[in-house]
Amino acid sequence: MGLTSQSTGISTLKEMLNIQLSSTDDIVLALAGNPNTGKSTVFNSLTGLNQHTGNWTGKTVTTAQGNYKFKGKNFVLVDLPGTYSLLSNSVEEEIARDFICFGNPHATIVVADATCLERNLNLVLQILEMTDKVVLCVNLMDEARRKNIGIDLDKLSDILGIPVVGTNARNGEGLEKLMEAVYKVCSGEISTKPVKIPYDKNIEAIIESIDEKIKPLISNKINSKWVSLKLIDGDKTILKSIYKYLDIDLAELNIIPGIETNQIQYSSIRDEIVSSIVKFAESISRQVVHIKNKTYNRLDRKIDDILTSKLFGIPIMIALLGIVFWITIEGANVPSSAIANVLFAIEDKLTLLFIKYDLPDWLHGALVLGVYRTLAWVVSVMLPPMAIFFPLFTFLEDLGYLPRVAFNLDNYFKKACAHGKQALTMCMGFGCNAAGVIGCRIIDSPRERLIAILTNFFVPCNGRFPTLITITTIFIAGAAKGHLQAIIATLTITGVIVLGVIMTLFVSRILSKTILKGIPSSFALELPPYRKPQVGRIIVRSILDRTIFVLSRAVVVAAPAGLIIWLMANMNINGISLLDYGAGFLQPFAHLLGMDGYILMAFILGLPANEIVMPIIIMSYMATGTMIELESMEALRNLLVSNGWTWLTAINVMLFCLMHFPCGTTLLTIRKETKSWKWTFAAFLIPTMAGITITFIVTQTVRLLGLI
Amino acid sequence: MNNNIVPLHLIPCGKSAKVKEITAKGNIRRRMLDLGLIVDTIVESLRKSPSGDPIAYEIRGAVIALRSEEASKILVELL
Repeated sequence: MGLTSQSTGISTLKEMLNIQLSSTDDIVLALAGNPNTGKSTVFNSLTGLNQHTGNWTGKTVTTAQGNYKFKGKNFVLVDLPGTYSLLSNSVEEEIARDFICFGNPHATIVVADATCLERNLNLVLQILEMTDKVVLCVNLMDEARRKNIGIDLDKLSDILGIPVVGTNARNGEGLEKLMEAVYKVCSGEISTKPVKIPYDKNIEAIIESIDEKIKPLISNKINSKWVSLKLIDGDKTILKSIYKYLDIDLAELNIIPGIETNQIQYSSIRDEIVSSIVKFAESISRQVVHIKNKTYNRLDRKIDDILTSKLFGIPIMIALLGIVFWITIEGANVPSSAIANVLFAIEDKLTLLFIKYDLPDWLHGALVLGVYRTLAWVVSVMLPPMAIFFPLFTFLEDLGYLPRVAFNLDNYFKKACAHGKQALTMCMGFGCNAAGVIGCRIIDSPRERLIAILTNFFVPCNGRFPTLITITTIFIAGAAKGHLQAIIATLTITGVIVLGVIMTLFVSRILSKTILKGIPSSFALELPPYRKPQVGRIIVRSILDRTIFVLSRAVVVAAPAGLIIWLMANMNINGISLLDYGAGFLQPFAHLLGMDGYILMAFILGLPANEIVMPIIIMSYMATGTMIELESMEALRNLLVSNGWTWLTAINVMLFCLMHFPCGTTLLTIRKETKSWKWTFAAFLIPTMAGITITFIVTQTVRLLGLI
Repeated sequence: MNNNIVPLHLIPCGKSAKVKEITAKGNIRRRMLDLGLIVDTIVESLRKSPSGDPIAYEIRGAVIALRSEEASKILVELL
């Protein structure tokens, strides 16, 4: 083995990343940085909409790529996972390291947070050890100014030996300069002279001795000094990566045992290396950062005092959740009926068209009453709440509130033997459970990640909110009038969600005590400074990234589902429709759970997308086998009552909506994430069993007590 | 051994302390070092979460919450 000349490593890495180059002149850039530095804002501002996300082959880490044009050149920007360091050997860090080292980007942009420069310098210095072509982007300059933190960028550039550009990516400030600096580094107009981290004499000596041995082998493919350092550091993954990408086998040299016989304690060397970097970052920070006002973060502290206080922390959290739902419910009513009016007016026009051209009844039934009407329902019911809910949720996200939620709830998750970050993935589930499941990648420990994945479905996603909202509005709050109605509906939904959270914790604990035994792993959560949310950006991004995405998915599923349901409702065997057959079959079981066969049938047919559960229920009740128009809540209520609904039915439908099998997309995502059908099946079974058990207990108790 | 040396999670909120030793091993130790928790680092205990654990600390300008299991592996000297 050893050094074989045809190293195809670099192209392999590019393939692995699936980097799309339009020509060989394209310039590839890596974008690195700590989490919470606005790295993705820099990425979005630079590339606009010219981006796509992709998975790392074989790794559960997603990365985004985009491109921008500058001075006639095409720059391909690869957004690496946000990490604090490149030394801890997590999957993200390994990927970021490998791309910078072996992917041969023309330059690496490191994004740092101006309000927390010292900690960010840690990563900058580590990257400077690996590559010369680096541009430092000190982002969030406006936040720093607001906090009276002065940063001498020129001096920082002198010390580090690389270009340093101050930016405020949210309004585009400094991005032109950043592109200019990157251009000059890539073209060689600026030659960088990265500062070297001073290590202890003993370590320098060891580095030297190893460097001598490996230098002839790796020649100048990568920085041999850095490799030596990694070897002393006891990092075995680097050997693997060097073999994989450069086809050089350094393991043969047996360097690591060699160090061990030198009688130097490993752990102390590792500490020494990290300490040197941290101390160096500290000394640089002292020279360039001037905090004019020592109490610069007093406001943040005060907000935290309230939002995470012993007394109010959790009530405020629930109240905020309630407010978000109240605004969503109140605000969605008007546009919802307006959209419904427009869409159903179009339906009438379509019907006229069918009559005019004398098209057959069944075609009209299947296409207009089946496909179109289901679509109209889904759009008019889902679009307004989503268009309100997503921006509000993104607002809280942007503000920096979600880590506080995790902070408040961590102890409960710890008691459930789960990971603290599960609170965050749970919050992501509110948007979409599939997204929540993907989000579980932020949890390192495989055991805790599985728990988070298996329990994610206990928080209702946007596909299920319409069902919950409709039922609460017409059934629970139906008796009250006007604003009181919205308030009661809000309280009910908030209650349902709190129940979902309790179930999440409860089931997590059961899993930890049974099939996924173990103790909670370490937990360090950053509470980033609060940031002023950019309202315009929030609206654009939440509508583009989330609303359109979720809605289009629902539409894609709803159209064929509408057709199938119409067919099932209209195809008769012995005068009984298929739908009735199914419902009749499910009826005895459904009755035990306080529901009826049609409802259970709707949940099963709603497997592709939960959005269509309510429409199917309504459609089944209509003698015509098509969905009614959304004329009024009163009409809907009458329809349900005349089909035997009571408050108990409503409660059970809501409970079952909260706890049943995840939708098809979520299940497929779980399969992809866990790479196991067994766990996918568990994810299917666990919430279903929970739902069946709870609705059964509720129903039987109520009936036994004679409450109904 | 100095009597002033206590595990980090025991220092009262609002007080600062200087890191003396990190007893954690392996990857946890690594992560702590990455956060800048090295000997002689000044850490301020900021606030407890509503149920008392985890506790948020200011470490080198960043606010980091640590569970008591982790914080107990950081020995500090109260300032």
